[in-house]
Amino acid sequence: MQKITQNQLIDKAVSLLENGSVSAVLGWHKGEFGYDVTPAVFKTKEDLKENFVYSDFCGVNFSKYLVSKTDRFDGKILVFLKPCDTYSFNQLLTEHRFDREKVYAVGIPCEGMADISKIKNITGEGISEIKEDGQNLLVTTIYEDKPVSVPVNDVLLERCVNCKSKKHVAYDELLGEEGDVIDSQRFDEVAKIEAMTPDERFEFWQNELSRCIRCNACRDACPACTCEKCVFDNPSSGVENKAPANSFEEKMFHIIRAYHVAGRCTDCGECSRVCPQNIPLHLLNRKFIKDMNEFYGEYQAGEDVGSRAPLVDYTQDDLEPGEVFDRRDTDA
Amino acid sequence: MQVNERKPLIVAFCCNWCSYAGADLAGNNRLNYPADVKIIRVPCSCRVNPMFVLRAFQRGADGVIICGCHPGDCHYTSGNYYTRRRMAALFSMLNYLGIEKERTRVEWVSAAEGAKFAATMNDFAQKVAALGENKRLEDLRCKR
Amino acid sequence: MLKCSLDKINLIFAEISKTAKLYLPVDDIDKSAVYKKWEVGMNWSDALNTVRSPKDFFFPQMENLMEFKTEGKNIEVIDTRSETEDFVIFGVRACDVKSFEILDRVFLAEPVDSYYASRREKGIIVSTACSKPAETCFCKTFGISPEEPLGDVSTWKTENEIFFKANTKKGEALLEKIKAFTEDCDKSAVNEQKEKICRVTSKLPLKDLTTDAFGGGKTENFFDNPAWDELSQACLGCGTCTFVCPTCQCYDIKDFNTGNGVIRFRCWDSCMYSDFTKMAHGNNRLTQKERFRQRFMHKLVYYPENNEGVFSCVGCGRCLAKCPISMNIVKVMKKIGGSDK
Repeated sequence: MQKITQNQLIDKAVSLLENGSVSAVLGWHKGEFGYDVTPAVFKTKEDLKENFVYSDFCGVNFSKYLVSKTDRFDGKILVFLKPCDTYSFNQLLTEHRFDREKVYAVGIPCEGMADISKIKNITGEGISEIKEDGQNLLVTTIYEDKPVSVPVNDVLLERCVNCKSKKHVAYDELLGEEGDVIDSQRFDEVAKIEAMTPDERFEFWQNELSRCIRCNACRDACPACTCEKCVFDNPSSGVENKAPANSFEEKMFHIIRAYHVAGRCTDCGECSRVCPQNIPLHLLNRKFIKDMNEFYGEYQAGEDVGSRAPLVDYTQDDLEPGEVFDRRDTDA
Repeated sequence: MQVNERKPLIVAFCCNWCSYAGADLAGNNRLNYPADVKIIRVPCSCRVNPMFVLRAFQRGADGVIICGCHPGDCHYTSGNYYTRRRMAALFSMLNYLGIEKERTRVEWVSAAEGAKFAATMNDFAQKVAALGENKRLEDLRCKR
Repeated sequence: MLKCSLDKINLIFAEISKTAKLYLPVDDIDKSAVYKKWEVGMNWSDALNTVRSPKDFFFPQMENLMEFKTEGKNIEVIDTRSETEDFVIFGVRACDVKSFEILDRVFLAEPVDSYYASRREKGIIVSTACSKPAETCFCKTFGISPEEPLGDVSTWKTENEIFFKANTKKGEALLEKIKAFTEDCDKSAVNEQKEKICRVTSKLPLKDLTTDAFGGGKTENFFDNPAWDELSQACLGCGTCTFVCPTCQCYDIKDFNTGNGVIRFRCWDSCMYSDFTKMAHGNNRLTQKERFRQRFMHKLVYYPENNEGVFSCVGCGRCLAKCPISMNIVKVMKKIGGSDK
């Protein structure tokens, strides 16, 4: 259950639309089954009242849409940002990817979003209705007469289980209360893999990455991946590949994808959320974040606007590439 | 005695101003280093994109070494500082994916260090040879 | 009609594996199902369907077509095809069985795609009726009966038993092989199972979806519909929908330079990609809206136009479950087909 209700957001959007402060609203459009919400641009009060939703399934990070949407409207566009979305918002501003003047950002609190596949692991397929009931979701399926009560905290998206911050780092207006940066355990899983032997690590990633179907959803959903033309789509780059031809290309794609956003990745978790094969892609991105925190000092991308990411910065006495292994004697 | 002992293929990206000249000096001084070290001259070590390293492995390299000017001596002031951070991150990631850490290396070799160049290459080639063929980052299509 | 206790199903798998490769949906590391070659110790997944469709068996995501080698001034062209062995795909759902027919109409029409045809010849399809369809299922919309799956052999799974019925000569031969593990039975149990399935499908949320508005020759009805803007506005341009789709059949042919020759391969392509059907003059679909429209117009209008009214969607629901932004063919059909009321 989110602390802020759908109606509060609709009222806010309607009032801003009506007083002319914004000309469009970026929000979540209701779907067929209660959990399949789609990002959409709303322009009228009627549309908002009828189709706008805010529920435990509104995980989509809107920041990236601002890159393509802000140019399309004359006035400002209203965007609702959850705490983690605000980090991506700042990071995109740092990279000058959209015009801040054309956005009216409303920060909204977030209690964590639910993962439908985790719910289905409990209730099975055939969901006909999902209702919120305090800290639980009442899930009705076509196979049972009575709804199953599922605690939201048991079915959170991976990124919400390891939520790093409930604090909004950017907004024009904040609805509800401000939260705090959380001392999360998000690097634990990375540390677990680091502690494996090289053979185990190789096998772990071989198993995960071989399931990749190269749909590019991880890249296309990523708020840090905003290149006009990706090297992997560009036949002149010499590395274009549309299909994972073999294990080398699978690895190359995922290493380069993660590398290209290293230092700019805010750890918003969209890559893992959208992966149709549920590959834990965030573990690649988090490895870079963890490494850079350890090598060059704590850095959180998107915490502010304009700071230099570790990979576009240096000091004279940085670690040597050979030394990084000595710090962590993982292969002992 | 093994007749067909497999020799490792090593790709060395050398910066134009220091390490490439260092390799030249090694040659002028008749210092030996393995002929299987293939040098690719780059304007600066920071020209090396992570993709180059991966591509070298794809095309059959067993080890990749990047050589540049000593930190502080970069012809372009700061290029090798960036290389240092970039490659630290990349090598750590490759190691995270289970690829042997001994297959990658960054070494600073100045134009005066012909001896260091030869020694580095001998040492690196020996370590890579001990690991055997690169199996974990290979593209079989390039090996037939 | 033959039957066998489900306890003995692994014996049947072992028997089939003796003479042919057997592929079966098994649980993957993320609890979804995936087709894997059966080996002792593997169990048939209880999941409704696999994330990747079984079209992979006939139309793999990536396959080498030929190889070129040059020596001096000679170019040698090498056929890289190896004789494929017989294989059995077990547990295919009714929707996916139908998808093979849709692919056949593309690949087996003149000129026949011999790569596809040879695999189609060697493959034996054992289908399974769906006892627990998901909310995303809408195969009935396309006239498919989940209670009566086709293929070379149809099977029905009840609590403790599995029933077999051969539909083709290939299927009969397969059942002959596993005869020792099965016994004859009448149709009553299967009929009961079918009725049970029909009762479930009548409760599915998408049961009223129809294709009435769509079909060949209706390009003008939909092409300039203003709703395309709204429907496509959130599309990320990823290829998830096309790559999990059992009927998407577009591919690209590319050359890979190995350093000592060239491998010509084909791989799936997606109409959602910015370089789809890119030609020398550039691209003919410049915006995501046009690419998005292409996908649905192809499934609902262009394909039926060339194929006696058959739609190239089977209602398997994979794109509904997997689209990162939950935009899908059902939402499109409701919106532009005019039943979104």
